[in-house]
Amino acid sequence: MKHLLFAAGILSATSAIAADKPELTVYTYDSFVSDWGPGPQVEQAFEATCGCDLNLVGVEDGAALLSRIRLEGENSDADIVLGLDTNLIAAAMETGLFAPHSISADYTLPIEWTDTTFLPYDWGYFAFVHNAETTVPSNFRDLAESDTKILIQDPRSSTPGLGLLMWVKAAYGDETPAIWEGLSDNIVTVTKGWSEAYGLFLEGEADMVLSYTTSPAYHLIAEEDASKAAALFDEGHYMQIEVAAKLKSTDQNALADQFLNFMVSDAFQSIIPTTNWMYPAVTPASGLPDGFDTLIAPEKSLYLPADEAAGAREEALSEWLGALSQ
Amino acid sequence: MLKLEDIIIATGDFTLAADLTVAPGSSVAVIGPSGAGKSTLLEAIAGFRDLRRGHILWQGQDLTDLPPGKRPVAMLFQDGNLFPHLTATQNVGLGLRPNGRLTPSEHEQVQSALSRVGLADKGARKPAELSGGQQSRVALARVLVQQRACLLLDEPFAALGPALKAEMLDLVAELVSETGTTLLMVSHEPEDARRIAAQALLVADGVAHAPMATAELLDNPPPALRDYLG
Amino acid sequence: MAGRAQPVNPWPGISAAALVAALILGTLAAVALRAEATRGFGPADWSALRFTLSQAALSAGLSVALAIPVARALARRRFTGRRLLIALLGAPFILPVIVAILGLLQVFGRAGWVSDLLGLIGLPPVQIYGLHGVVLAHVFFNLPLATRLILQGWQEVPSERFRLAAQLRCEGFALFHLIEAPMLKRVVPGALAVIFAICLTSFAVALTLGGGPRATTIELAIYQAFTYDFDLGRAALLSGLQLVLTATAAFVALRLSRGDGFGSGLDRAIRRWDGTGRAARLGDGCWIVLAGAFLMLPLASVMISGLGGLMHLPIQVFQAALVSIVVAAASTALLLALALPMATAIATGRYGIVEITGILGLAASPLVIGTGLFILIRPMVDPTALALPVTATVNAVMALPFALRILVPAARQSVGRYGRLALSLDMGERAFFTRILLPRMRPQIGFAAGLTAALSMGDLGVIALFADAEIATLPLQLYRLMGAYQMQAAAGAALLLLILSMGAFWMFDRGGRWHAEA
Repeated sequence: MKHLLFAAGILSATSAIAADKPELTVYTYDSFVSDWGPGPQVEQAFEATCGCDLNLVGVEDGAALLSRIRLEGENSDADIVLGLDTNLIAAAMETGLFAPHSISADYTLPIEWTDTTFLPYDWGYFAFVHNAETTVPSNFRDLAESDTKILIQDPRSSTPGLGLLMWVKAAYGDETPAIWEGLSDNIVTVTKGWSEAYGLFLEGEADMVLSYTTSPAYHLIAEEDASKAAALFDEGHYMQIEVAAKLKSTDQNALADQFLNFMVSDAFQSIIPTTNWMYPAVTPASGLPDGFDTLIAPEKSLYLPADEAAGAREEALSEWLGALSQ
Repeated sequence: MLKLEDIIIATGDFTLAADLTVAPGSSVAVIGPSGAGKSTLLEAIAGFRDLRRGHILWQGQDLTDLPPGKRPVAMLFQDGNLFPHLTATQNVGLGLRPNGRLTPSEHEQVQSALSRVGLADKGARKPAELSGGQQSRVALARVLVQQRACLLLDEPFAALGPALKAEMLDLVAELVSETGTTLLMVSHEPEDARRIAAQALLVADGVAHAPMATAELLDNPPPALRDYLG
Repeated sequence: MAGRAQPVNPWPGISAAALVAALILGTLAAVALRAEATRGFGPADWSALRFTLSQAALSAGLSVALAIPVARALARRRFTGRRLLIALLGAPFILPVIVAILGLLQVFGRAGWVSDLLGLIGLPPVQIYGLHGVVLAHVFFNLPLATRLILQGWQEVPSERFRLAAQLRCEGFALFHLIEAPMLKRVVPGALAVIFAICLTSFAVALTLGGGPRATTIELAIYQAFTYDFDLGRAALLSGLQLVLTATAAFVALRLSRGDGFGSGLDRAIRRWDGTGRAARLGDGCWIVLAGAFLMLPLASVMISGLGGLMHLPIQVFQAALVSIVVAAASTALLLALALPMATAIATGRYGIVEITGILGLAASPLVIGTGLFILIRPMVDPTALALPVTATVNAVMALPFALRILVPAARQSVGRYGRLALSLDMGERAFFTRILLPRMRPQIGFAAGLTAALSMGDLGVIALFADAEIATLPLQLYRLMGAYQMQAAAGAALLLLILSMGAFWMFDRGGRWHAEA
């Protein structure tokens, strides 16, 4: 009914109805709040303990999320931003809008986490996903030499797209332009976002698609389909760590801290694997769901710390544009 | 009395001058070569064209700056005299109340006007369901209820066959004489002019001349008209 | 006859145009004013401009070139199902972009039907990605529009001329030269300019099918400026550039076309006496079959792949469908409230600026309008609370150019034909509008409303900028399903969207023509 009221343009003051409870507003990306994302379960679990109203606001993707925060500036409605990744942290810090936290947790990340402003809540490795029966290259050089066709996302409009740039940069440094030139004839097309690329891959438009090592887990667990696999690259896999932070301007300081604590607790972390299809930042006591054990485990984790990533971003983008625009 | 006081109508490089009077209740045929400005003259009287100079008066009242609907003038055009999406009754009703609903007594007026033109039982039909002659009758019924002192006809019956056209002109003649309406009608056929208009005025060479007896004008045509009549 | 000869009050239309201009230019200004230092245009932006112009020119040229034989074949052939085919030909135009892309790829992709066929005879798969893929998709979207515009031209050739030509035994090229070429000379430039303007703002099509960053359009550059660089100044500059380009194309289109609509009466086949030869009949048949297949196969593939998912759609998809229906209805109501007075004002022939304003919607970047509105609304109310009204508004403004093109010729005709009569009856402006214009224009109003409802239903619009977890339109829910790996459900949702869009269009269009007199 709420939908209808809204839809009819009758602006039912939902916040006013719940005015007796404090409200915590969390900005995140759209797929987090979707009915198939972690949002609904997270909201239910947190509201069961906080005596508050958790208001999740979805903003397209990580990059758009940061733009929204910059747009709103110091009088943002958000108390917490959840869904930036390590490639965006430096730009986020530059805004000076985020407040440090005092929360510690036993992260099960492949790297040590020391950032005092941003807290990780999940992570994953970028990887090329393919149909299990096909044989695929085991690194970028082999890929470039092969006839394997790949689908990737545009780094200017997509988080995985930017992640791939960082991956190649972290693995090959100065040789990056040559790698991209080699890859250019393997790339079928570059899509706006992950969904389009993955959709095209499932339609059979390419042999591999840029996604995550955890993608096959979705097919295995949700669809009982073991036909998808992630290609293990021997130069290592770039990590994406997704983070959240409190805004300085929050008027719900204690509640925000409570949420961040909740975020690294079992209640939140156990929701992540089968809704966000990523590794939890703190493996819950119950462990990972069945099926995650079948996933490939990269021997080497590639990762550029936030400040290096920011520096490498411009260069990597222009190398990418240069190699693929010819 | 309809008085065109030293008027000049100008569009582009075409100009038409007139300085004449038409007696109230008279019927005047407007004749002249094609393109001479017969329709233009009628449109100016009806208020669809601005004057460059001069005044148009009716019974001493200056009409020059009145919008078309406020003039004591009804006009029928060559086509588009009825709204195709309205019934005959509704079309006639517009003559009484263009902006609202009819009162019961106005409804009666509409009904009797339709009866007068012989369409008592056709009120519910739309123009597409009426013959050409019947459509003309509906338009005339509307002119009747409008009760304007002047009626201008810009060849509204041109598309009808000769017999039907004659019938319509006779109906017009009857109606204007019943109501004492002043009639100006553009005419291409000398017979039409003779048939219902005692007077005729010639439009030629940029001038609309004063009306004179139709028979006299047609029997002794001035050169411009002679060429046209052949 | 100017000066006093029209029973029309232009002020509501001028006010509506002012509102639209304020929305489009005001949001642009809001973004520009909010901007900090900008790095201005770089070489990448100029190459985006070049690519945008060349793909739009190619798309417009090819759409129109193909539309000519198709329209000619449709104009002179009568066959069972002709009416249905012409109606269905309109479908791609109202198809949500993402749905259309997936449909196109299922037919023309590397693993598509055509590639499968080629594989059977040992040929390599189709290479669809690249400039030609972008053009192919734009032709898919715009061939129906071009065909309708040109078919309209053919229908307006008086049948007496074909009769005369038949008398004179004028056939083939001579007939073309005598009757058809002059008509095409009048109709084609306008069609070219309209499609060129539509293709200028392409984003997802260009990126997905373009095969790489070579295929960067201005709209993508705007997106990049917003989210990747957070350079609002450059976003505003690029958006201004896009507005100028589109306004220019629109101006040219208006000057070149006589303002004909692409409206009703297209299902009437004109009796012709030429083209009875076997070759001509075969040629026309080929064109109709090819165009039909090109436009219908992707639709068919959307239907086929959606059927499975349609049975198992989650309840949220139906809730979103309900929201979309309400948004589409609101959008349509708003559109009519803007477009009808504007069309009336334009019909007086004195307010060309109103017409240009209406066309700006074609050029406005949804991202700029959305962000601008966000900046403007936020100091007053929570923008997410206004997500649906804002979406409906933006959708209405985006549909305005098409609605005006449909409504203006009809308004012009009614004012021209009945204006004097209404004046001599002393009919007021309001009465003329409600008693004459509205009923006279009903078929066109139905068509415009149907188009708007369908476009609004299928368009993602600005909802993604404003939505919270509580509300979602069907296109947004479709993207969310895709984002959650639920491709099958997404295909089902796409089919539902297609059904709703077509249904809304059919309902309004039919309603307009119900019992309408010629």
